[in-house]
Amino acid sequence: MDESVGKVNKFDVLGNMNLRTKTLLAIGLSAFILILVVVISFFIDPKSITTNWTMMNQPPSLEHIFGTDWLGRDMFIRTLKGLGLSVQIGFFASILSSIIAVALAFLSSFNKHLDSFVSWLIDVFLSIPHILLIILISIALGGGAFGVLIGVAFTHWTSLARVLRAEIKRIKTSEFVTISEKLGQSKFWIARKQILPLVITQVIVGTILIFPHAIMHEASVTFLGFGLSPHEPAIGIILSESMKYLATGNWWLALFPGLALLILVLLFDIAGENIKKMLDPASAND
Amino acid sequence: MELTGRNISFKYSSGSRQILKDVDITIDNKKILGLFGDSGSGKSSLCKILAGHIKRYEGEVKLDGNEIPKSGFNPVQLIYQHPEKVMNPKWKMHEVLEESWDVPDSLLEDFGIQKSWLNRWPAELSGGELQRFSVLRSLNPNTKFLIADEMTTMLDAITQVQIFESVLKIVKERNMGLLVVSHDRDLMDIICDEVIYLDDINHVDI
Repeated sequence: MDESVGKVNKFDVLGNMNLRTKTLLAIGLSAFILILVVVISFFIDPKSITTNWTMMNQPPSLEHIFGTDWLGRDMFIRTLKGLGLSVQIGFFASILSSIIAVALAFLSSFNKHLDSFVSWLIDVFLSIPHILLIILISIALGGGAFGVLIGVAFTHWTSLARVLRAEIKRIKTSEFVTISEKLGQSKFWIARKQILPLVITQVIVGTILIFPHAIMHEASVTFLGFGLSPHEPAIGIILSESMKYLATGNWWLALFPGLALLILVLLFDIAGENIKKMLDPASAND
Repeated sequence: MELTGRNISFKYSSGSRQILKDVDITIDNKKILGLFGDSGSGKSSLCKILAGHIKRYEGEVKLDGNEIPKSGFNPVQLIYQHPEKVMNPKWKMHEVLEESWDVPDSLLEDFGIQKSWLNRWPAELSGGELQRFSVLRSLNPNTKFLIADEMTTMLDAITQVQIFESVLKIVKERNMGLLVVSHDRDLMDIICDEVIYLDDINHVDI
């Protein structure tokens, strides 16, 4: 027999863990980093990103690990501040999105006409490119953080609403719901007590998975100049401003903030996918 | 009290097989009626129609000559064969009972339900244990007719007897009507005052 079978490699720490521990570790680590970013961005002293003409256009060094910009501001601190703002907008936008999704999904379950109305609404919102719609809504609401937040929230509910609508339809035909009806319970009572506890995990996972999309779209709309106002230290602003200086060789202005945004988005995705695995083990093999 | 079904016809969708055709059935609270039939003969469909669980059918179901209200508590309660499907998996067992009525402790004992089961999830109990809850839930004080659709088919003989004894006791006490549906002829001969064969009252051309 092969001797290596059953032998445990003591140095292979991850390999020793079971899937549950690995999943928990992934959720914990990504959540920790995300919370850390938000907390740090709150406590950043605004003075640390004031202009400093003696430190203009410094490439990355030990003192300024992301370098400095054309006004001598430290890019690392600006990036952190921007990520914090992105997470905040993403947080409110995805919560608002899932509230819309849950409300519409339940609305669709009340009768056939409402169901076709909701399906139609989902198709309408899916058929218009997200970016275009966010820009339109954001401009209509006067731009700024509020406009972007509403714009992102109103465009990202569709996929969650679709999933919930199908799930509620399935639960509605189950026998325990029929029995509830025949025991005299109202539709509202059934929606709240019977259906909601069965879809709440999907709502939680859906909300977390909207996060990365919301952050990316916020950044891209801001980059295009339709989002947050230029004095706010958002990642989108940082990236669009740095475009002017890229040609002069200041590559660090765009590379590190962009990379940081990418990592942030990936962390949310990892957290969301792993929470999904925890709450809905059947989906782990998808 | 009389629960009557007149000229009941049913098929799942237009074009599919006719399951029930012009069925007449009367259940009253003076005797326990048994409904007997082969698999696929439409026993369950008839039960669901009588209890209002199927909405689209032809014919009429009346309770003492009156239409049964479509919303609100239905005085005709149906007990399904599979207890796992009739409980919300995210509800504890005490919530399942509380949805219907406050069950007195004496009844819990009669049905052999242990107090500790009340705080468990449906997945933590066996089929026979769950079925006791399902039966007890349908015995709301306002229930006038009970339709037991293969209520004990999946249970062992001892549990069958225990559940039926408890149900029959309450049915007699409260003067309720009971329709026992099964394909177990011996069981029905013991319990029922009258047994009808579904194929005799179902005019489907096979």
